[in-house]
Amino acid sequence: MEKIAKGESKMECNNTERKYLTVNPLKTCQPLGAVWACLGIHQCMPHSHGSQGCTSYLRMQLTRHFREFIPTTTSSFSEAQVVFGGVGNLKQAIRNILSIYKPKVIGISTTCSAETIGDDVPGTINEMRSSGEILDDVKVFTASTPSYVGSHVTGFSNMVKSAIETFAKKGSPNGKINIIPGLLSPGDLREIKRILKIMGIDAIILPDISDVLDAPMTGEIHLYQKGGTTISEIEDMGNSIATVVLGREAGIDPAESLKEMYDVPYEVLPLPIGISNVDKFIMKLSEITGKPIPSELEEERGRLVDMMLDAHAHWYNKKAAVFGDPDIVEAIVGYANDLGINVLYALTGTYSSEWEKTVKSMVPDAYVSSDSDLWYLKEQLDKKPVDMLFGNSHGKYLAKEYDLPLLRVGFPILDRANLQHFPIVGYRGTAWLVERTGNTLLDYKDAKSPEHLLELIM
Amino acid sequence: MIERNHTQDDMMESLVEKNKKLIEDITDSYPKKVSKERKTHLVVIDPSEEQHIMADVATIPGIMTNRGCSYAGAKGVVFGPVKDILHLTHGPIGCGYYTWNTRRNLAEPEEGYNYFIKNCFSTNMQEKDVVFGGEKKLYGAIKEAYEIFKPKVIGIYATCPVGLIGDDIKAVAKRAEEELGIKVITVSCEGYKGVSQSAGHHLASNTLIMDIVGTEELEDPTQYDINIFGEYNIGGDVWLVKPLLQKIGYRVVSVFTGDSKYDDLAKAHKAKLSILMCHRSINYTNRMMEEKFGVPWLKVNYIGITSTIESLREMAKFFDDPMIYENTEKVIEEELKKIKPRLDYYRERLKGKKAILFVGGSRAHHYQDLLKDIGMETIVAGYEFAHRDDYEGRKIIPEIKEAPHHKILDTYHFERVTEPVYPKEKIEEMKSKMPDHFMNYEGMMVHMEEGSIVIDDFNHHETEELIKALKPDIFLSGIKDRYVFQKMGVPSRQIHSYDYSGPYSAFEGAVNFARDMDMAINNPIWKEVTPPWKK
Repeated sequence: MEKIAKGESKMECNNTERKYLTVNPLKTCQPLGAVWACLGIHQCMPHSHGSQGCTSYLRMQLTRHFREFIPTTTSSFSEAQVVFGGVGNLKQAIRNILSIYKPKVIGISTTCSAETIGDDVPGTINEMRSSGEILDDVKVFTASTPSYVGSHVTGFSNMVKSAIETFAKKGSPNGKINIIPGLLSPGDLREIKRILKIMGIDAIILPDISDVLDAPMTGEIHLYQKGGTTISEIEDMGNSIATVVLGREAGIDPAESLKEMYDVPYEVLPLPIGISNVDKFIMKLSEITGKPIPSELEEERGRLVDMMLDAHAHWYNKKAAVFGDPDIVEAIVGYANDLGINVLYALTGTYSSEWEKTVKSMVPDAYVSSDSDLWYLKEQLDKKPVDMLFGNSHGKYLAKEYDLPLLRVGFPILDRANLQHFPIVGYRGTAWLVERTGNTLLDYKDAKSPEHLLELIM
Repeated sequence: MIERNHTQDDMMESLVEKNKKLIEDITDSYPKKVSKERKTHLVVIDPSEEQHIMADVATIPGIMTNRGCSYAGAKGVVFGPVKDILHLTHGPIGCGYYTWNTRRNLAEPEEGYNYFIKNCFSTNMQEKDVVFGGEKKLYGAIKEAYEIFKPKVIGIYATCPVGLIGDDIKAVAKRAEEELGIKVITVSCEGYKGVSQSAGHHLASNTLIMDIVGTEELEDPTQYDINIFGEYNIGGDVWLVKPLLQKIGYRVVSVFTGDSKYDDLAKAHKAKLSILMCHRSINYTNRMMEEKFGVPWLKVNYIGITSTIESLREMAKFFDDPMIYENTEKVIEEELKKIKPRLDYYRERLKGKKAILFVGGSRAHHYQDLLKDIGMETIVAGYEFAHRDDYEGRKIIPEIKEAPHHKILDTYHFERVTEPVYPKEKIEEMKSKMPDHFMNYEGMMVHMEEGSIVIDDFNHHETEELIKALKPDIFLSGIKDRYVFQKMGVPSRQIHSYDYSGPYSAFEGAVNFARDMDMAINNPIWKEVTPPWKK
């Protein structure tokens, strides 16, 4: 319909310093990240303690992103709970979850309303355990995750941290490594597991949403899919050789807990996207475990370098803006550096001075901010334009307005299907990102070329 | 009542009995308390009984519900589509973020007017704001929004913490209005108010009538001025309807609120008639507009061909004008002719297919009409956040008991402030001519077939069990349960958002809908679910 196709509009706007107003945010709230983390635990029902709108919203967002069913229950607050407290609703919710959805684990996160009124969630769970309402075969862990603190990345980190602090134990050394993979896609997790298998490394990945959020179509629905980190695996995390944190912002706090509690050392690495980030990951794995880097991976690396050389002319010296969750932005900045793409902006909405320091050191000339939003980027593009964008779906409006190619990476991706299944980590994943980078630029070039400059050989 | 022969009667009876037993079984598997409560929300249509349903009561904690919150109803549904209001969410980031371009209330920019709806504006409340109060931040954000975007109107929507810490958003709005010389409206739609998004619809209606409708004058009123209510232009629905209405001779003063501007809403009191699509989300405003300004309303449904025709004819009956009568019939004839071959094609492919509908507070009714038009059958229908009147008709309103959550929602009544648009006699005449639709809504249940099932506030467990038992050909619902159906091998389309398609309204929309039903049901990929070596 013609009317729908129109709809371009440029607003007449003034550039001003903003102190109070956020426009087009680069983050969402803690409860979403908390539920994400719970989904990566085997047979875990995520429960959101607070008003039900929060649950409805985050389920909508996660469902749209993964295109999979996202089970999550809620305490369904009404006025009575915010006046008299929500503990009664929490107890009722737990009873119903146990009898209707029969999970092995319940991961409870909180929302603004529950936190503002100050419900005691861990206390309530303890009480229900002592009274025998929650039996020993159901595990429960809880985290405080109001939206007015941090972001969805913080919520993820808090929930993973709680799982570790609640379940990890000290036993005999298991010879394994722990991996905290942050907010990677199911396709990415599959690729990481493939690499570990090739290297012959036993690992505990927490959380692991592969085989949960990429379950095959069989004609049957399972509330709990076969994937996810099991409680016994989490218990065993205290006995591992080391923890590898992929993405500082989503994973360092849980790793720190393991170190404090059980003296498991940790290494913080960028997400293994881009050849040098993957190199760091593979070499670190080899260093920690003493396993050699197999020729299979070296060959994959070689093919990747070959591909990068074949296509380098298409991206070299392009100017880019990168935005999204902090860990993926950091990794993509590294990837861009590998290719010779100049990053002018690296922006996220999850505040971290440590992250800013790290990214600034990688791209000293870029504008780097962890307290930013997409309106800021828009204002800057007016002054100092770029050639391409790396980021989530929310960037498509800028891509349209400034006529730029957008490479969709990170969260959320709401306007393209199937991307969750294709890894961008590891050498093979990076190769696919390289393919997308070069060919997206070529598609763009073709679309812009007048007929006489439309060339067959590129 | 149509006459049936004996055998059909027996079959009918057995369907009623069969489905009654089915819903017993489904609800029996709950814990006792839940079971007792849920049983009041499930009804099998049985004309031999006087039937009632429970609705608009709190969701049981721990049940996987699809329901949202008051903020979603006020900001997301009612005000969100107004394209030139700068919608500022006062609260932590999540609420504003989730309503950012996630509903397909399409709107077209207009020369000379602001266009903000592709953006998300939030005060991004932090812990210190929750501890020390967020008013300063709210005022600062309004000021910055004013300086950067120069809006004529800013809308402030409160989220959970705002009410809990006691920020006075009305006072901040007033101060901003005085200091900046712009209009600042507020809705105190904290998410914990009420039991679903429905509370937000109610609160938004209060703001509409108290602060907006009637504040501007319509310069060149005509005899044929109408408003469209409860139309949010999902997938472009209103863009198919408006041209038809214009062709007949009506002028649309305002749409509440799809593709609308603030000025349109402010002038709505000068229209001669309001037609109402989504009864649930905005009937409050219709009632108040009738009280205050004497604008009558007519319940219409332009989802579905038969119902579109009926609605157009009822509108004509109201205006009772030869030109309108003639043009109405002309438009109907032309449109039917245009769509017939395409519709026939799809009808053949969809004949006898069975649908379950679970959506909204009006759509589960509207889409039954459309499904019937394309040869399909509705075997279960339910609303997510409706009230009893949406199921049973407005006649039940006096019998609805006031629940605790109603007390927090102010209900206003007005004395007439202007001369009524029509004399009392005309209103009474119309009421007797169109008793079901003129200033009335007869609800969904009366339209449903014997033996079909009605469910209020559907949940995951019930969905799964019903699919297993009834094996529908398609499940029409929203995004949150879409992949439950898909994984079970049941096609689905989202009726909140039309997935990425639409419009589904009026005549052309019916063809679009039929095309999408065909695409969903007859998609060749369904054949591949079972591998050939397992067949």
